[in-house]
Amino acid sequence: MTLPQPWKSESQRTYFGRALVELGKRNPDVVVVGVDTTESVKTIEFGKAYPERLFQLGIAEPNMISVAAGLAAAGKIPYAATYSVFGSAHTYNIIRQNVAYTNLNVKIFCSHAGLSVGPDGATHQLNEDIGLMRGLPRMTVLVPADGPETAKCVDAAAETRGPVYCRFSRANVPTITSKEDPFEVGKASVMRDGQDLTLVGCGLMVARCLQAAEALAKEGVDVRVINLSTVKPFDTATLDRAARETGGIVTAEEHTVVHGIGAAVASMVATNHPVPLAMVGVQDVFGESGEAEELLQKYGLTAERIVLAARDVMKRRGTRSL
Amino acid sequence: MGDFTEETIVSLKRQATILRRHVLRMTHNVQSGHPGGSLSCTDIITALYFHVLRVDPKDPAWQDRDRFVMSKGHACPVWYAALAERGFFPVEELMTFRKINSRLQGHPELGTTPGVENAAGAEGQGLSFSVGLALAARMDHKAWHTYCLMGDGEQDVGQTWEAAMAASKFGLDNLTAFIDRNGIQQEGRTEDIMPLEPLAEKWEAFNWHVLTIDGHDFRQILSAVEEALRTKGRPTVIIARTVKGKGVSFMENKIKYHGAATSDEELAQALQELEVLP
Repeated sequence: MTLPQPWKSESQRTYFGRALVELGKRNPDVVVVGVDTTESVKTIEFGKAYPERLFQLGIAEPNMISVAAGLAAAGKIPYAATYSVFGSAHTYNIIRQNVAYTNLNVKIFCSHAGLSVGPDGATHQLNEDIGLMRGLPRMTVLVPADGPETAKCVDAAAETRGPVYCRFSRANVPTITSKEDPFEVGKASVMRDGQDLTLVGCGLMVARCLQAAEALAKEGVDVRVINLSTVKPFDTATLDRAARETGGIVTAEEHTVVHGIGAAVASMVATNHPVPLAMVGVQDVFGESGEAEELLQKYGLTAERIVLAARDVMKRRGTRSL
Repeated sequence: MGDFTEETIVSLKRQATILRRHVLRMTHNVQSGHPGGSLSCTDIITALYFHVLRVDPKDPAWQDRDRFVMSKGHACPVWYAALAERGFFPVEELMTFRKINSRLQGHPELGTTPGVENAAGAEGQGLSFSVGLALAARMDHKAWHTYCLMGDGEQDVGQTWEAAMAASKFGLDNLTAFIDRNGIQQEGRTEDIMPLEPLAEKWEAFNWHVLTIDGHDFRQILSAVEEALRTKGRPTVIIARTVKGKGVSFMENKIKYHGAATSDEELAQALQELEVLP
């Protein structure tokens, strides 16, 4: 299946790095802690602009999180940034005790989430962070769909009092939003309206949901696409409305389906208004080396797979007496 | 904090006995908690809260206060006792320790207990947290000092050494750490579980200014703090040689009392030994 790809491909890390520099200009309390990945995740730009506000801590992620917590306790707004596998999984209990339990104003921004890390392989491809972080009380969890949204997450995190976790990709992703599009923490955005079915995506899967919607439109299916860029707090209103109005949901994420956005949507839908639902995502397996797109294809994180899941949901819905 | 007089020492000794009595009552009352490691650091806590720290019980969030970070969170009974005796909250509240709906959690919670500066329980995080505090103070050209109390068991934790490296990298002379070197952790002697010696040399190798003292001698504690405050360009660690269960004959150096409360009879005997002089 060939699908239109009208978007340009851009680096979320570059947007992240630039947004941090801009934020740092406006807010002198913003500081950054890094762990030997500052060049890769682009926080080095912040360090160049404000050398006295970037703290390089070496390969010591637990220390990074607790140092950030201490800085926050003294009134700073620390951004702790590295790869997701180091910044969230390796540091889980440090985040839990020093950031979430304390409710401190720490912002954890992690690049290199999901399979699209590519050739580095499974050790670096974290498909479990959304679940880990959304399970923590007091944690806000953001998954920007593209570069411009990543920049907005940087600003929104500073305005959100308390702990924030934000994850994005190493690979370039299609730019599907613009600087002008509104962004609000806790609010899912409807990228495309439709009445027959809802596709809910996050991160780089939102673009694939839009492609799938385009393909489904050709089959006469009127699809709604929701960008769930805030996973927590969960936008129950928007998702509940989608379940009630469209009667079927497909979720798509570059994350395990065990406890990611699919699980979050399913649990809300099952509680409020049960409708047929299918999850596209990583099927409880580890990744492997390969190019980002090869991996996304092999592990079924494609528009084609979303279309198949949509057809399945439509079929299941059809057998139900409405 | 200036010089200390003989009266200061007498008064601190008396105060420490009061705190020890609270620790025993609190842990006996709920039949859980960690009396041994609370009693070993009682004199350090007493010296800090009743002589060293610039804190204001009426304004626990006073921005220019000194920060005390309890890394060995299980020793919170003595922290709570000190805070109560300093007037951060009513002394009567101490008996709610570890009970349902209490502000005095089994391990410290930030934001709930007036005067508590950090959450601790999982070991080895407090020194890193203190590094963050000290960095912030230095950025803002603030004179307040950060004190961190670690257990010796926490020297097993990798993160402790991550923090040690960072503090010396940044030359944090506004940070002073204590190690409550009582030699006992949950399952046995530290030197059997995971040998720490030579501990002072380890910290010296990490470029800290290292002092080793008797952690039950107030003169030595206060002198060490004064020396730490005078030391420029690097952080100071005070290795305080202490006795687990200090002050109660049958508890001293007993592994059992790391995490076991006293019986009724034991409490009676302990309180008898810890008589508060008028």
